[in-house]
Amino acid sequence: LRIWGEQGQAALEKSSICLLNCGPTGSETLKNLVLGGVGSITVVDGSKVEVGDLGNNFMVDESSVGQSKAKTVCAFLQELNDAVKAKFIEECPEALIETNPSFFSQFTLVVATQLAEDSMIKLDRICREANVMLLFARSYGLAGFVRISVKEHVVIESKPDHFLDDLRLNNPWPELKSFAETIELNAADPVAHKHTPYVVILELLKAKMMSMDEDNYKEAVDASFKVFAPRGINAELQQIINDGCAEVDSSSSDFWVMVAALKDFIVHEGAGEAPLEGSIPDMTSSTEIYVNLQKIYQAKAEADFLVIEEKVRNILKKTGKDPHSIPKSVIKSFCKNARKLKVCRYRLVEDEFSNPSLSELQRYLSSPDYSFAAGFYILLRAADRFAANYKVIPGHFEGEIDEDIARLKSTAVALLNDLGCSGSPLNDDLVSEMWRYAASELHTVAAFVGGVASQEVIKLITKQFVPMSGTFIFNGIDHKSQLLSL
Amino acid sequence: MASSAVQPSRSRDLDKLLLRSGNLVGENFEPGPQLRDDLREYVRILVVGAGGLGCELLKDLALSGFKNLEVIDMDRIEVTNLNRQFLFRLEDVGKPKAEVAAKRVMERVSGVNIVPHFCRIEDKEIDFYNDFSIIVLGLDSIEARSYINAVACGFLEYDSGDNPREETMKPIVDGGTEGFKGHARVILPGTTPCFECTIWLFPPQVKFPLCTLAETPRTAAHCIEYAHLIKWDEAHSGVSFDPDDPEHMKWVYDEALKRAELFGIPGVTYSLTQGVVKNIIPAIASTNAIISAACALETLKIASGCSKTLSNYLSYNGVEGLHIKVTEFEKDKDCLVCGPGILIELDASVTLQKFIDLLDEHSVLHLSKASVTHRGKNLYMQAPPVLEEMTRSNLSLPLFELMGKVPKDILHVTGIAIKDDKKTSCLRKLRIVFKGVDGVTDMDMAGGA
Repeated sequence: LRIWGEQGQAALEKSSICLLNCGPTGSETLKNLVLGGVGSITVVDGSKVEVGDLGNNFMVDESSVGQSKAKTVCAFLQELNDAVKAKFIEECPEALIETNPSFFSQFTLVVATQLAEDSMIKLDRICREANVMLLFARSYGLAGFVRISVKEHVVIESKPDHFLDDLRLNNPWPELKSFAETIELNAADPVAHKHTPYVVILELLKAKMMSMDEDNYKEAVDASFKVFAPRGINAELQQIINDGCAEVDSSSSDFWVMVAALKDFIVHEGAGEAPLEGSIPDMTSSTEIYVNLQKIYQAKAEADFLVIEEKVRNILKKTGKDPHSIPKSVIKSFCKNARKLKVCRYRLVEDEFSNPSLSELQRYLSSPDYSFAAGFYILLRAADRFAANYKVIPGHFEGEIDEDIARLKSTAVALLNDLGCSGSPLNDDLVSEMWRYAASELHTVAAFVGGVASQEVIKLITKQFVPMSGTFIFNGIDHKSQLLSL
Repeated sequence: MASSAVQPSRSRDLDKLLLRSGNLVGENFEPGPQLRDDLREYVRILVVGAGGLGCELLKDLALSGFKNLEVIDMDRIEVTNLNRQFLFRLEDVGKPKAEVAAKRVMERVSGVNIVPHFCRIEDKEIDFYNDFSIIVLGLDSIEARSYINAVACGFLEYDSGDNPREETMKPIVDGGTEGFKGHARVILPGTTPCFECTIWLFPPQVKFPLCTLAETPRTAAHCIEYAHLIKWDEAHSGVSFDPDDPEHMKWVYDEALKRAELFGIPGVTYSLTQGVVKNIIPAIASTNAIISAACALETLKIASGCSKTLSNYLSYNGVEGLHIKVTEFEKDKDCLVCGPGILIELDASVTLQKFIDLLDEHSVLHLSKASVTHRGKNLYMQAPPVLEEMTRSNLSLPLFELMGKVPKDILHVTGIAIKDDKKTSCLRKLRIVFKGVDGVTDMDMAGGA
């Protein structure tokens, strides 16, 4: 019983993941993915197992001290799931990024852990160019960082938690109307009366007022807000069909071809509405009437689907592609999920780092709920700058605490200035914390960050559920972790 | 200036938190090697549950400086556990989860000692739980959480000003997951709300109305529950349905299919049958990893003071993007479980039997078949028969005498209460005050001190 079903499982099994650095952050990410059933993994890490690693990494043990960490972690993961194809490369990821960028093209997705800013930027360019999905994850004391970097990720099966049923009571089609009219609500038979589904009741209620006593009538009243669900499509779907990619040509992906067909449907046959989803929620009713009502909804959904399918085939023909290159089942799923489509786009980290949304950054730094997360965001970058300048991690040495902290603070302030946020507050306690952590990798923080990272990887590969947008900052002090949209 | 220690240490990363001072730390934080060594030597942590959460918790705690761990779980390993309970292998199927989990973690993390307990949590004496510094929960049932909560809160004592006495406060860290969602919370009895204070947080379980199942099924789930809840008893009177028995499951599936065909309802599959009957929401390794990590981190913070703690409830939802929210819930001062205890005033002449009868009639408690303990001593036990016989003679004695003739004290009672139409066994704390026997009564004072 998997939450992402058979198709999702198949996608995972076909995928090939590359992990950079297998400290606890990377190892825990990969552990969850291997348990999830990914097909193949390649672990890249140039370091040897040290005694200190025994205190934070479950995938190394005493017998492995002195050996290649990548090799050790790989062996453990293989034991976890013997079906996975596990390889290791004993090389420093930073060096690989410099000398062999084409190495990354072979993978479905790269999980890059514990990289500093300049390596992140280089790798990002490489993967974006090669169209390889990329996810960054990092643990630093009680702080953590997760960021997806993909040009565009589209989701048909977004499976949101709560979404209004597609009842169309505010805009019923002829068959639904006439079905409702065949039910005689005024009939004296009390049994028949209480077995009328609320959809029908609401339909008829719009014409006349009646008393409500039984469960089904109560349901009608409770559900009546659904009658007032706005007609037409929501703002998000509107944005998708207005997107430039909906103007399709021969290079367009299947998704955008279907969006183009959808757009045409909405404008014409749909009269402003998306295709009917076709399923209805359970409601108090006699079995017979409920099943008949279900059939009415299913028939309309099928009719809408056929119209869209025709449009898809025509567009494919027009753009010089095989009209049957998109399977029926895919178009059907697209129609069913039309109201819930998602398009996710991610800026290059370089762009975000050099040009973050100032208004958002300032808001985050001044908000009590966001200030620690935003502070950590800035300080992680400041720590990288510090290390690049002074050739040592802030806090590495026990002595010179005050001087070190002062230097870290001035580095952070300079960064804020560079970004145009010179007035923004920077929490001094947080600066001291950053010094205190000295780039340590704590197991529990790594496990949390690894959990988040692995979950997002699964969403990206199965193309189900909506991946996070923005940059995730883990805040292990008061757990007010946040997603920053910069 | 001096550089970091030359001697390589396992504690290389943890040392940053434990040996260095900070400003965003716990009240009594004393950084230094002593703290690190004390965590290893003296702090004892109990993990309740060795399933998806429990396995992650043991690993996380073993790698967070704790060396004395114990784990309790009454289940054996099944094949379906293997995809997320990463400590278990195919050859472990059938063995007790607690034992295998303990063994595996000890194999990989040298120096940690984990004592497994293959039994129900109710099988342990209450004092067993008092031996631990912190209790961490990786459970999947409300009832089990309720039980441990009542046990831990039972240790809490209040002073004469009705303030909780800190040395009797037994922290609980509780985690739970369901699909992409989860929660982690810190319970400091007497200070934060306990599990019972916020029981309204749990949504009621989905139950189908009986008439729908019997007369007007509309969905596949209705057909399945009909076969499971109604048809099973009709056809197998006396034999209770066992969801882990594949023969039973197949029977329910076949019956559900027949009914579905009769009513023209599509969608009954074997997999759906299992899901509906076992009320399963598929578990995900990553959610378990996230929640356990949060719980283990909080455990480290509570034990060491190395950082501020979660205050006090974290909810997590990874369905659409990522949503993490921290809520500071407030204690219910009238809570039956973590409050100072329900006050019961009695005449010194009331017998133990009369007291037990009173509990049944009590307007709030409604506790029937009560067993009574006072400061660890059994005053009356309803079961087992040998204990019942031994304590039966106490029933006719005045409670005041049995409690050592003190004017007021705490009693613990266990019995059956009715919650949501279900009979559940529960543990309650009572504050007994004997009328007219207070140390500062008018009679005593009249004679001068």
